[in-house]
Amino acid sequence: MQLQPEGLGAWGIAVALAGGAMRGSIPYMFVSLGECLTEKSGKINLGMEGVLLMGAVTAFGVSDLTGSPWLGVLAAAAVGLVLGAIHAWLTQQPAVNDVAAGIAMIIFGSGLAFFFGKRFVAPMAPQLPLVALGEWSRVGAIQSALRISPLFFIGIAVAFLLNWVFTRTSCGLKVRAAGDDPQAARALGIDVNGVRFIAIAMGGALAAVGGAHLTLYFPGIWSEGISGGQGLMAVALVIFARWSPRRCLAAALLFGGAQALGPSLQSLGITGYYYLFNASPYLLTLAVMVATCTPSRRLAGMPGALGKK
Amino acid sequence: MTRAETVIVPLGAMLAGMIVFGAFCAALGVNPLLVYASIWKAGFGSWYSWQNTLVRASPLLLCGLCTAIPAGAGIIVIGNEGAVVVGGLGAIASGLATLSLPPFLSLTTMFLSAAVCGGLWIAFSVALQHYRGVSAVISGLLLNYLAIALMNQLIEGPLRDPSSLDNPASYPLTPDHRLSYFSGTHVHHGLTFGLVACVLAWFLVERTTFGFALKICGGNVRAARLSGLPVGRLVVIAGFLGGACAGVAGMVEVAAVHGRANESLNAGYGYVGILVAFLARQSAFGVVLISLLVGGLLASGGMLQRAHGLPDATIAVLQGILFLFILLSDTVYGRFKLPWAQSHEAKPDAAAA
Amino acid sequence: MMMASRRDVLAGLAAVALPRGSSPLTMGFLYNGPKNDLGYNQSHAEGRQALRSLSWVKTVEEASIPETVAAEESMRDMIFQDGASVIFATSFGYYDPFMVDMARENPRVQFFHCGGFYQEGKHPKNIGIYFGFIDEVEYLSGMLAGLSTRTNKIGFIAAKPIPQVLRNINSFTLGARSVNPRATTKVVFTGDWVLPVREAEASSALADQGIDVLTGHTGSPRVIVQMAERRGIFGCGYQFNQSSMAPHGFLTGAEWAWGTVYLRIAEMIYAGKSVMDGSIPRRLTGTLKDEFCRLSPFGPSVTQSSRNRLAAAKAAILNGSLEIYRGPMRDNEGRIAIPAGKVLKIEDVELDRMDWLVEGVVGKARG
Repeated sequence: MQLQPEGLGAWGIAVALAGGAMRGSIPYMFVSLGECLTEKSGKINLGMEGVLLMGAVTAFGVSDLTGSPWLGVLAAAAVGLVLGAIHAWLTQQPAVNDVAAGIAMIIFGSGLAFFFGKRFVAPMAPQLPLVALGEWSRVGAIQSALRISPLFFIGIAVAFLLNWVFTRTSCGLKVRAAGDDPQAARALGIDVNGVRFIAIAMGGALAAVGGAHLTLYFPGIWSEGISGGQGLMAVALVIFARWSPRRCLAAALLFGGAQALGPSLQSLGITGYYYLFNASPYLLTLAVMVATCTPSRRLAGMPGALGKK
Repeated sequence: MTRAETVIVPLGAMLAGMIVFGAFCAALGVNPLLVYASIWKAGFGSWYSWQNTLVRASPLLLCGLCTAIPAGAGIIVIGNEGAVVVGGLGAIASGLATLSLPPFLSLTTMFLSAAVCGGLWIAFSVALQHYRGVSAVISGLLLNYLAIALMNQLIEGPLRDPSSLDNPASYPLTPDHRLSYFSGTHVHHGLTFGLVACVLAWFLVERTTFGFALKICGGNVRAARLSGLPVGRLVVIAGFLGGACAGVAGMVEVAAVHGRANESLNAGYGYVGILVAFLARQSAFGVVLISLLVGGLLASGGMLQRAHGLPDATIAVLQGILFLFILLSDTVYGRFKLPWAQSHEAKPDAAAA
Repeated sequence: MMMASRRDVLAGLAAVALPRGSSPLTMGFLYNGPKNDLGYNQSHAEGRQALRSLSWVKTVEEASIPETVAAEESMRDMIFQDGASVIFATSFGYYDPFMVDMARENPRVQFFHCGGFYQEGKHPKNIGIYFGFIDEVEYLSGMLAGLSTRTNKIGFIAAKPIPQVLRNINSFTLGARSVNPRATTKVVFTGDWVLPVREAEASSALADQGIDVLTGHTGSPRVIVQMAERRGIFGCGYQFNQSSMAPHGFLTGAEWAWGTVYLRIAEMIYAGKSVMDGSIPRRLTGTLKDEFCRLSPFGPSVTQSSRNRLAAAKAAILNGSLEIYRGPMRDNEGRIAIPAGKVLKIEDVELDRMDWLVEGVVGKARG
């Protein structure tokens, strides 16, 4: 039986932030990890917003068609792989500008996503099963906050896996070599283009899975406004996290939690200046960036080939 | 690259893109030839359509320059949207404060405040990159969101016109304090601002020492510093100029289109401007051409919905396909030898070695 | 006019063959968002479908038109490219300056705007405003919320504190408190019309605070209704039938029935009337009684006694004996909003300027 006669009062904020961090961080987590992988190999993919939306719509559609949300996630990953591959191929052609290609992919990806999304009559698709860690509590809010999507755990695992791959495997070494000094890498016999192709494609797959979370758990519908720039923001978070997968994880949690701040303050009765409260994640990120960057230190961790051809 | 190539290649890219889009339409059961005809008719087929295209292209001219000018100095600016919003807010604030002045003075004040507000907004993020190492891509993006939050807070707060009831907006400008239209058309003078700005930008970059210095900064920062150029100051000024253009786009929205500031200031022109700048290869002349192209595509979007039953997202799909092909076409230059074309670059004379 | 006879008239009209040589009347519709949003835009798109029964009407529609110059261009295109002689613009921001300028440019085309504020003398004569007053339906919906809540806490998630939204918050709360004086409504503003993630977070935060009935006024409150279902609490819909989002916890909702309006306007135009000379009313408004809006079908958890009480209240509203905005009424800051002895009718223009929240609402009308 659930007990929620009085609500949690001020503790509600802590619960909301925790729950929000575990729900809201997932798209940021997957997209930033995917972008981290991409940028470690030396290329930037600004088009992640389009990939996120295509992942979201694909997951929704496939889940609705087949009845299996996991198939939806897989289909989303496949679509993300394809979109990433397109970006990879495109940007490896000489003279194609990476930033422009990314923005063109945002327009193409989101246009395609909205296009297919028009066909959905079903209001909801079968959702991902949740891991319920809060059943010990009799407080409904805690139970709800601790109903966690399996993608959260997968995302954390991916973050640590990527970190391990980058620091301890030869695969990861090749990716980093391609990203830091492609000329030297080629001299060593590494197929830089091939490595980048795989990295960018897999980065796209990860980002699309982040999109699947939006339609298959939170908020769990398909709507054209479902992302609102999360894909683009997650790309910024990679820079914020200085290209470390574990810091990407932390940044995603911070951001996801901050998203819940505005609404939870209002639900407590703190109602003034809600626009500025709702903008607090962005303000926070900017403040942290300004405080921690210095001209000499900013490039610490940045793959050397990023921004160059 | 040869002269023939600069024409053939982009045209070829658009043709290829249109063919792919046609296949897309055919797969949906819609006759591609009819779709092509509609796009042409609605975007470029008559003076009527051209007006529609020009109206939609106007904000893109200025927003494109916001990225194109700093790009010459090597900085990637994507904070255009924030500059538009902030410029619009500056414009309405100064416009309302100068309602008692003659229209010309009032509009000039609006123009200048918008330019300054937008300019400072972008200059700030460029300065953050140069002096503090914060990537302009990040700061631009974050400042966009902050500008929108500020806009909402102001429009629903201190700037609010109580009689604007269900559609929160600022107090309106009086009719004579607005930008007028070209007589006999419904194209407003925002187009003039955009075209003049593009000409000035071209002149600045190609024909002045300042522009030359900018290009050196953009080419090789170290070389620029070694030759004694004040790199920091130059890039910040470039950012300011770009932001001023975007700010003026905001002023145009306020003074020409709406007559007041409301949440439609955040119309997305900034983001499209980034793409326009890149497709135009950061050249002012290219910005004009690409803005017209994008304007025409946007103008034909409605026709696709009404005449062919295609959803509104279709025009975005077309845009995406075309842009990807145009970008891809950048690699084609120099790959194919056209027998009748003359190369501009004189080949180093092998015999002189 | 009895509903049955109007239907007969329309059926008759529909059966009449067009006079030879005349083309169908083309009507253009503009929506601000997608047509399948299960909310405001879909309610209008559904209303447009009602016109398909008329053989002499052809409709064209465009969706996702931003409230900028694009709206003006779309209207112009519908007139010139499609020959539209009637335009329906369904979003607030299309009115000034876009529709006003278009109406001046095309004096022979009739323009109808949903919810705009017409200024006599300033705006051209070929503009008509249509709108529905949904307060009474929100009142009934709120009654059901008041009867169903066990914690006496109701949550309302809204986009912006504009008068229309405040009217809904107030009428919903008045309905709830009319059957449950201890019920309170907590309001959270998201800041914009389409923010599904923020609406979901707000729903979750409110549920954490012990709220057990959720409703809202955003572009489409379906996220709110769905989150209510997930948290095991009740949900009330708005604008469109969102019961599909909450098979167990859906109570009812306040829906628009724009089809009634569009058919009525079409019928008047067919009869040769126009808004230019005033034969079509400048402000065409209607309430529950005029079937401009309706109550959603009840959800499975609504008890029979609740249904009975609602039926009685609805009858009282229809026969005029129940008036929602009856003084004395205080706002939630202690001031008198409606003095004793005064009754504001639903169509009273004073309500269009509402800037207060009624006693029992926790929240501020100004951000």
